[in-house]
Amino acid sequence: MIDLEIKNYAVLRLFGIDIWITDTTVSTWIIMGVLIIFGIIVRIKSRKFKEVPKGFQNAVEAIVEVFESYLRTTIGDKLMFLGSWFFTLFLFILLSNLSGLLPMMRTPTADWSMTFGLALVTFILIQAMGVKYRKAGYIKDLFAPLPWWCPIPLFLPINLIGEVARPISLSFRLFGNMLAGLIMMSLIYALFPPFVTFVIPSALHAYFDLFSGVLQTYIFVTLSMTFISGAAAVAD
Amino acid sequence: MEALAMVIVAAQYAAALAVFAGVITTLGQAQIAAKAIESIARQPEARGSISTSMIIGLAMAETNGIYGLVVSMLLLFVNPLLDRFVTMANALGQYLG
Repeated sequence: MIDLEIKNYAVLRLFGIDIWITDTTVSTWIIMGVLIIFGIIVRIKSRKFKEVPKGFQNAVEAIVEVFESYLRTTIGDKLMFLGSWFFTLFLFILLSNLSGLLPMMRTPTADWSMTFGLALVTFILIQAMGVKYRKAGYIKDLFAPLPWWCPIPLFLPINLIGEVARPISLSFRLFGNMLAGLIMMSLIYALFPPFVTFVIPSALHAYFDLFSGVLQTYIFVTLSMTFISGAAAVAD
Repeated sequence: MEALAMVIVAAQYAAALAVFAGVITTLGQAQIAAKAIESIARQPEARGSISTSMIIGLAMAETNGIYGLVVSMLLLFVNPLLDRFVTMANALGQYLG
């Protein structure tokens, strides 16, 4: 049985601010722990990496190489220093989406606060990279199109709304897809008697959690890359 | 009490209507997929870049349907109209005596 609601376990009071420890927080911690342990294992094993890869080393190198070549075609050599961030984001969202397959774990990405936090980082990166690579030209583009005879920037509000709409639509896309899967699965589990819930939900799990989860991860990361490299690209 | 029930019923109908944003979204997405398949048939060697662009386009088009889903979820589970109606009814009751 999957719960629709986000359960609250405890409330911490720090400096007069309530911090809620919910399902999402706990699942996020578990996923973070898994990723950190995996990272430490790779770090320890990488001391003994050989010239010719074999077994575990082969798998790790293949994953990193595939992602790196994809990054190179999408954001170019100029922004390659962001590659580790994108890879971390990719692994984190992928594990979050797939965690819906495990019992007792609520998908953390089916919580808007989580996806909005991730999209906010993308938003900050868009602005930062735009200002870093295009300096005043990026700010000037917010006022475009501005003909010389026009005293008031007519298109500034529209451009600003467009900028603010990006993280919102980015976060809602991931959140809506994951929440839709969660709702469908909980409806299915509530609808069927327990002895049927072996067969039918597994096919739906394969669609909603595996297919949709991997696809949405890919889309989130690709759209983030496209936005950031678009902001950093110098217009010719 | 009857009026309160009416508000709930209206919210449920509105939630069902909001999901209809998905119909138009699906039509648009079908258009995108059809065009992409046409392009692949015309230029099979450009398959990789066409499918990448197609998936990004599909994701962009899907936003509309997702907004419909979010609106219907808000109407069903959060129901801001209900709070507003209750406060309005209270204010009206105080005003009338």
